[in-house]
Amino acid sequence: MSKISKKTKPSKPKAATQINGQDIMGNEWAYSDEVREHFFKPQNFVTEAPKDYNGLGMVGSPACGDMMKVWLKIDSKTEKITKFFWQTFGCASAIAATSMLSVMVTEKGGKTIAEALKITPTDIIKRLSGLPSRKIHCSVLGDKALEAAINDYFQRTNQKERIKASGSRVIDKELNITDKDIEQAVKDGAKTLEEVQQKTKVGLGDPNCLPEAEELVRFYVEKYY
Amino acid sequence: MMKIMSKNKKIVYLDHAATTYLRPEVIKAMASFGSDNYGNPSSLYSKGREAKKALETARSKVAAILGCQPEEIIFEGSGTESDNHALIGTAYANRGRGNHLIATVIEHHAVLHACEFLETQGFEVTYLPVDKDGIVKLEELEKSIRQETILVSVVFANNEIGTVQPIREISQIIKKKNPKTYLHTDACQAAGFYELKVDELGVDLMTINGSKIYGPKGTGLLYVKKGTMIYPFIHGGGQEQGRRAGTENVAGIIGLATALELVQKEKAKENQRLIKLRDKLITGLLKIPKTVLNGHPTQRLPNNVNVTVLDIEGEAMLLHLDEAGICASTGSACSSGTLEPSHVIMALGHPYEMAHGSMRFSLGHVNTEEDIDYLLEVFPPIVEKLRAMSPVNLKNPKS
Repeated sequence: MSKISKKTKPSKPKAATQINGQDIMGNEWAYSDEVREHFFKPQNFVTEAPKDYNGLGMVGSPACGDMMKVWLKIDSKTEKITKFFWQTFGCASAIAATSMLSVMVTEKGGKTIAEALKITPTDIIKRLSGLPSRKIHCSVLGDKALEAAINDYFQRTNQKERIKASGSRVIDKELNITDKDIEQAVKDGAKTLEEVQQKTKVGLGDPNCLPEAEELVRFYVEKYY
Repeated sequence: MMKIMSKNKKIVYLDHAATTYLRPEVIKAMASFGSDNYGNPSSLYSKGREAKKALETARSKVAAILGCQPEEIIFEGSGTESDNHALIGTAYANRGRGNHLIATVIEHHAVLHACEFLETQGFEVTYLPVDKDGIVKLEELEKSIRQETILVSVVFANNEIGTVQPIREISQIIKKKNPKTYLHTDACQAAGFYELKVDELGVDLMTINGSKIYGPKGTGLLYVKKGTMIYPFIHGGGQEQGRRAGTENVAGIIGLATALELVQKEKAKENQRLIKLRDKLITGLLKIPKTVLNGHPTQRLPNNVNVTVLDIEGEAMLLHLDEAGICASTGSACSSGTLEPSHVIMALGHPYEMAHGSMRFSLGHVNTEEDIDYLLEVFPPIVEKLRAMSPVNLKNPKS
């Protein structure tokens, strides 16, 4: 039901070109030329794991629709990221965003770790000349994968104090189960979502969190086993 | 072979379950009802009477195909409207004898979201599961029917996986358990391929629309068996015997009736032709490693192919196919407005990743063997390319 507005000035109309990530013609593939370029001709992807790397990050799961794996080669003296290889399962914008991120990190001799960690999803989207609004989560995953790979580098090079700690986060809102609970369950031997569920009951309260829970299970299994 | 030359690009249309083009015969039949015979069927002067006559001729044509009385046909504004009318209209009109409805989990959103609305209004809905091929579990249906069950809604043929339900058998189970319970079937995808005699099917309500059978968009019809208690859904003038108000879309209705007549007349021959193409496409696609057919192998629409390609995602495949001029669909969350993966693929008991990699190719009138060959030539390299850059390597369900 529409309420009678008390405003005297008419509100600014919404941009007519974007309605729920679709353009006014209902075209859901309103991808920019940059997205198309990086989707059809992706840069820096690898068909198998590279031999020479010192940072590995993986986020997402095929269940939630997007999954990325990133291998970094970081120069320990200059802390510059010289190589950024990746694989991505996902839609066109996920593939294009990972490709673009790999270019952004390695161009002009490579960004330093500190510079790379400053790259935000907005920066990636800007370089892609925009993404349909509902596709933005895809590129958010790209910078997460980069951060995970850098953390892995810190782990490998005994700089654990530099690992960007992600504080405990509530995953299942109904049962108040956090990512730390899931991590602990994996440490205690659970290797699948089902096994983690047996220990934590995650998802029984809020089934919507299952894709995220599964993502975490995969992440921690990769980390600890 | 359908070759529409636009920007020098060949277009192979394999998305007939999404919508169809108008057939020339349909355009021809509709043509004069915009400019010359524009009268309002409710008007008493000759222009109105002409329109009324054309409208009633269309109604009789449809009634003959359905084997029912013309007054049992209500013309509506779309298949979605007919579905909504069938569910919400009967639910409210029969509140006196119950508050329970049953729908399968693989109904179109036009039915499922109407059910969800009814749940907010104090009705109770049981969602019937399907087996791994998408066939309704009949024993579950039998168990679900109660004294207070107003209506059961079962999609005749599913729009995503093409599985065809045993409607007659379903009707017998319902009527044996509770003769007062109505059966509604959404026949939008099935109307072009199967006999629609309502008595043989045993349905009380049936939805058909124009835009899947080479008729106009924005047209639909609801068959309502005489004696069925149903409220109007759109209120206004007394059109359609007071059951669906609004000046009749005469041109659209004529288009719908013409289209239905044509597909019904040609179905025996066309089904045979399409089944051959369909099976060739299925066989070809399943030769690609790690692909799975979704839906029933034989109890499926003659024009429906739905496969999951593991380890890669549907929208990425669609975009590559689009580059090659091929139009298709996916059940991937990435291509849906809601970012939810296909509820139909999920209902088959498959995990999320099966829905994300599902592709639907739906054939139609213009498709030839050449189109199938073209798809089978273009598609495997796309799969190979996307798999090469995918970190996912799921277990092969065929091994």
